[in-house]
Amino acid sequence: MNAALVAEDVVRTYDLDGVSVPALRGVSFTIEAGDYVALVGPSGSGKSTLMHLLGGLDRPSSGRLSIDGRDVAALTPHELAKLRNETIGFVFQSFHLLPRTTAVDNVALPLVYRGQRATERRRRAVAMLERVGLGHRLDHWPNQLSGGEQQRVAIARALVTDPAVLLADEPTGNLDTVTGQAVLALLEALNAERGVALVVVTHDREVAARARRQISMRDGLVVA
Amino acid sequence: MRLVEAWRVALDALRANRLRSSLTMLGVIIGVAAVVVLVAIGTGTKQKIEQQVEGLGSNLLIVVPGRVDFGSAPAVSRLSLSDVDAVAKIVGDRSRVAVTVASGETVRAGTASRFTTVNGVIETTPQVFVRSLSRGTYLTRSDVDTQRRVAVLGSAVADTLFGDRDPVGQQITIAGVRFRVNGVFAPLGQSLGIDRDDEVHIPITAAHRLFGTTRVDGIAVKAPDRAEIDTLGRRITAELTKRHPETEFSAVTQEQILGVLGDILGILTGVLAAIAGISLLVGGVGVSNIMLVSVRERTKEIGLRKAVGARPRDIGVQFLLEAVLLTTLGGVIGMALGITAALIVAALSPVPAAITWWSLTLAFGVSAIVGIVFGVVPAQRAGRLDPVVALRTE
Repeated sequence: MNAALVAEDVVRTYDLDGVSVPALRGVSFTIEAGDYVALVGPSGSGKSTLMHLLGGLDRPSSGRLSIDGRDVAALTPHELAKLRNETIGFVFQSFHLLPRTTAVDNVALPLVYRGQRATERRRRAVAMLERVGLGHRLDHWPNQLSGGEQQRVAIARALVTDPAVLLADEPTGNLDTVTGQAVLALLEALNAERGVALVVVTHDREVAARARRQISMRDGLVVA
Repeated sequence: MRLVEAWRVALDALRANRLRSSLTMLGVIIGVAAVVVLVAIGTGTKQKIEQQVEGLGSNLLIVVPGRVDFGSAPAVSRLSLSDVDAVAKIVGDRSRVAVTVASGETVRAGTASRFTTVNGVIETTPQVFVRSLSRGTYLTRSDVDTQRRVAVLGSAVADTLFGDRDPVGQQITIAGVRFRVNGVFAPLGQSLGIDRDDEVHIPITAAHRLFGTTRVDGIAVKAPDRAEIDTLGRRITAELTKRHPETEFSAVTQEQILGVLGDILGILTGVLAAIAGISLLVGGVGVSNIMLVSVRERTKEIGLRKAVGARPRDIGVQFLLEAVLLTTLGGVIGMALGITAALIVAALSPVPAAITWWSLTLAFGVSAIVGIVFGVVPAQRAGRLDPVVALRTE
């Protein structure tokens, strides 16, 4: 089986008004399928940049990055979108649910871009919402849901496509401790039962400590 | 993404911002309605004039001295009754030839008077032109041959002079000379801006004596069928030119009159439509503006959609459809408004209005094209947004 994510000497520099600013300065690691990794580091350490690369939202300036066995550097924006749709699930700190859109439609959104039929989309979205314990909130709008419920909708949306990698960027950052624990527990359970590689980006030591292993970043380099 | 899905997403987005969507549409609505109304009025006017020209009678050939086009000085007529006989010989049927010599004269009956057009004619007028009488009889051949002082009144003249009384058999004076009323025309209304009820017909021979002239202003011929009009016209002008070598003659058909008028009205309608089109263009700019605001405002949504697998094209199509939906919806509402306004104008004012399919199709098509043209830039911008930057926007 392929490793979920392989980074070899990945460099990403930004060009700001003609000055080239390095955000990642040669990062290498491997995340196996079904792994549970915390990506930690202070702000400015390059962990957000790395997460965007791992999520196929961006391409490295140099080095090799393969997501689920495919080399990102060779892909067009069109192909990258397809890759994201098929192999990556995103969970964001601020949930990023579409307003004025029901929970079930939010969860079904990635399937829209697969061209699936409405009935099939709804069936899969309902099943996924039931799995995260929101079977009773199907047709609620995001503003009718609590923070924890909104994050669970977001998790359902990330997993409805059966991705190889689940990227969670500060998933508990906007939640109180108890709700945050519950969300983490849900992510961990899904990681265990579905074999999806779970990468949690966080600067919260407690959250990071729950992962099977940690990748620590500082000044654009992996330090541990 | 399926296209059906894209339409649904676009519709949802418009519904989410109802007030903004309706205000944006308003520009397009007003533009399309203006195009529909103005084209309807232009078309209606053209149709009405065509009806009036055709209402003169069918297969008519009007023979006049001089050249018939705009800007030519009118020629003094050298035609006389003997020329009319020559024309009648060419046509082969006197009943198909009508003549006129016209003069403005004051007509009196008792204390009532009216300044009107007095036409000296021969007895064939009702057969050549479409004229019917509401009372009495028309002039006869013997009236013409014997210079009898009898008259047929236009309905407006009859109203002024006699009111509700029956004019037939009554005496009137034309330029001080006594005439007896033989008949009254049925009302015709306006034609090309001329009140056709404001005239009096008398025998041309009586008119010549009254006006102190022997001229004939014009000859009208009713051709037996459409195919012969042109050859007939050529033969008549050739004959008249032979008789009066120093004068040019023209024979014009209704089609020629309609052609010139139609061109003028067509240009007028086009200019009106173009002016209305400018407001449609302004509406399009409004759509473009709002779509740019919308793209900026929904940057986060675009980022999220891209993160879950929307391709640049999917996002572009979504925003383009939104713009097209705005303008076509505005177009449909504008069409409905324009049709209603045109019908009201036609019903409540003397201005005619005719809704044509081509103007509706054009208005709808243009509004859809406006949506595409003015939606492309915002849509491209949305499609090209960097998902990383878009997601970071708070």
